[in-house]
Amino acid sequence: MIAFIVSAIRLGMTLLFGATGETITEKSGHLNLGIPGVMCVGASCGCFAEYLYLTAAGENVSGVLAVLIPVIATLLGGALMGLLFSFLTVTLRANQNVTGLAITTLGVGISDYIIDKTGLIYISGATYFKASLPFASKLGSFGEIFLSHGVLVYAAIIVAVLTSFIFNRTRVGLHLRAVGENPATADAAGINVSRYRYLATCIGCGIASLGGLSFVMDYLNGNWEYIIDDIGWLAIALVIFTVWKPNLAIFGSLIFGALYIASSYIPGISFAGKELFKLLPYGVTIIVLIFTSVRSRKKNQPPESLGLNYFREER
Amino acid sequence: MANNIKLECRGITKTFGSVVANKDCDLDVREGEILAILGENGSGKTTLMNMVAGIYFPDAGQILIDGKEVSIASPKDAFKYKIGMIHQHFKLVNVFSAVENIALGTDENKRYKLSAVTKKVIEITQRYGFMIDPDKKVHDMSVSEKQTVEIIKVLYRGADILILDEPTAVLTPQETEKLFAVLRRMREDGKSIIIITHKMHEVLSISDRVAVLRKGEHVATVNTAETNEAELTEMMMGEKVDLNINRSEPQNTADRLIVKGVTSVNDEGRKVLDDITFTAKAGEILGIAGIAGSGQRELLESIAGLHKLSAGEITYVDPKTGNDENLRNKTPIQIRDLGVRLSFVPEDRLGMGLVGNMDIIDNMMLRSYKKGFAFVQRKGPKDLAERIIRDLHVATPSATTPVRQLSGGNVQKVLVGREIAAAPSVLMAAYPVRGLDVNASYTIYNLLNEQKERGVAVIFVGEDLDVLMDLCDRILVINSGKVTGIVDGRTAKKDELGMLMVKSTSIAENKTEGEN
Repeated sequence: MIAFIVSAIRLGMTLLFGATGETITEKSGHLNLGIPGVMCVGASCGCFAEYLYLTAAGENVSGVLAVLIPVIATLLGGALMGLLFSFLTVTLRANQNVTGLAITTLGVGISDYIIDKTGLIYISGATYFKASLPFASKLGSFGEIFLSHGVLVYAAIIVAVLTSFIFNRTRVGLHLRAVGENPATADAAGINVSRYRYLATCIGCGIASLGGLSFVMDYLNGNWEYIIDDIGWLAIALVIFTVWKPNLAIFGSLIFGALYIASSYIPGISFAGKELFKLLPYGVTIIVLIFTSVRSRKKNQPPESLGLNYFREER
Repeated sequence: MANNIKLECRGITKTFGSVVANKDCDLDVREGEILAILGENGSGKTTLMNMVAGIYFPDAGQILIDGKEVSIASPKDAFKYKIGMIHQHFKLVNVFSAVENIALGTDENKRYKLSAVTKKVIEITQRYGFMIDPDKKVHDMSVSEKQTVEIIKVLYRGADILILDEPTAVLTPQETEKLFAVLRRMREDGKSIIIITHKMHEVLSISDRVAVLRKGEHVATVNTAETNEAELTEMMMGEKVDLNINRSEPQNTADRLIVKGVTSVNDEGRKVLDDITFTAKAGEILGIAGIAGSGQRELLESIAGLHKLSAGEITYVDPKTGNDENLRNKTPIQIRDLGVRLSFVPEDRLGMGLVGNMDIIDNMMLRSYKKGFAFVQRKGPKDLAERIIRDLHVATPSATTPVRQLSGGNVQKVLVGREIAAAPSVLMAAYPVRGLDVNASYTIYNLLNEQKERGVAVIFVGEDLDVLMDLCDRILVINSGKVTGIVDGRTAKKDELGMLMVKSTSIAENKTEGEN
């Protein structure tokens, strides 16, 4: 049971990164369906950077650098994909849905290429990511559930709380929400819509790709599996499930994580049953979606201009 | 009136693709005056002002403020020069409160604190006599409240030049008076106010000077005190026009549409239509008056089969057979299959009536695509499109121009023309002249009158009480979903209608209290 909870938390927090990143992007009015691809690229960049660092450092590996270097590489890789998405949709005004799906296909391809070329199906750096507080193991099941995780798991929660604070309590958050709700209004108020969309998308994609890295390092213990894009889709579903609120996503991600892995902990379940179980998060999302649209509460709706490009001189 | 010139436009030109919006346009506004801008639809009034407000950038020409040439490349630049524009379509974020909307994009260097904004907002409201609840969310506000937020927004930014694009189009006469009182107070405060409007009597009552635009060019600027309605209209059109509605006596009237006890409850459990009963007769125009959002839309939608009723009957008397047909809870297609012909000009013309990216011919086809087998015919719709362009003077490069590239008024003409061409027996028109200039409006009124003389039962939802009184045989007034009176259009008084529009019902009372 404890093993199940620990796994659910680790998977949940990778989802939380993805959902927080996607929420930042969506709050600016960008429906980025490229998140699965972005997470793949970010994760493969991170793994590759880790491999390069570990090879270069040889015996003198610094634990801090072994975490920091892949994290930075992941952020850059993700942000670069976000930059591509923004360039296509903001500057060239391409359709967001089509662009997003293309980015997913492209991203999965790029990461597959990187992993296949380098043969990095196992990255030994996972131990540095999973380093936890030394006394965690002495505190029994409490320690195991709450304190046994690596630094990224806690970072996910901090990022989500911070994002939520920025959205609701700062001017940048107010402006960002205005851009996603009604870009013409934001523009008329003197807010640079393009800049907010570019930045939100790049930062969001960077944060989301940390989810990919965390998935490989924390959840898979350094083993690369070609299912990171699944996590990306789950993250997008999680955004809807938690009605665009990162603070709610902290709990939502735990539910999603638990549902996704629950089948592995049920004895004697068939393969088909297992796969059906993995569908549960999507099913729950659809129910939430129906529920929120039927009730049509104004405060639980997606940003009004989500998925719509903005061009000032359009008439 | 020897005040300094505050804002001056010289030789402004702007084109959108092949459409010329402004050509070599001049304009000036003085300190402490109200300047009205008059012009037909598509004469470039809004475009010109959008360039002053930084929404568009001129292709050629200069803008001068206090005698110095400036470049206004964005709305932010406009704020810098203390220019604020209140757009026809409000630029507000619906899920934000009034204060959040006002705080948007301001005071980059100061700490983010909404309470400080609220304090300043209250100061402004007291100074100019506004009423507003700073914490109310925009989606809960009435049109008039939203407009108030817009005005406070530009004042908050310290605007000295205020541009209002058709501010009275959606207001009741009482609300308009309040707005004008506020504008006069601002003028006394030394602010320059530019107001774009189609309503001639408002131009004459509020402005100091009037600038007239025609086909994107500046015709003349005259002192309001030295001009009159006929002269202004002539300048606007470039020719003399007859501004009379020829209301004929209703002939051979017969009951066509009998609405009895119609009631409808919305998602929030509020009655949007409450026990509405009236009869629309063939050969007469029935006007519907009321504050925006009093249930006009729901009522028309109920008749057209687009809105579900919780009680009541709608009976249609078929002119051919004399049979009664029950329309209640039938789909629009069932209503058509019954031989009941209803034409409908929706309030939201681009949203419900036309497809913006399609050209005029394709939009004509939307009404006729059911005819024939599998393949659509372009010939018939093409003829119709060309006829409407000719008869209603739609300003468009061609019949194959996407509808959204046309100006608002021209879009409206296309929509109204198509609905009338469907040869209906009941014609319902909601705000068919909203945003139309005088000439086009009178074209529409005459079209409605023609339909009436042909024995069509016309239902006209309007916002200009003068027009309602000139055009309609009977006027039904609704307020918060209830009928508060049916009066004869020939003997009705304006203040009587205004009273009926805000009369009784608990919701209406709360509303007026909130605004006073």
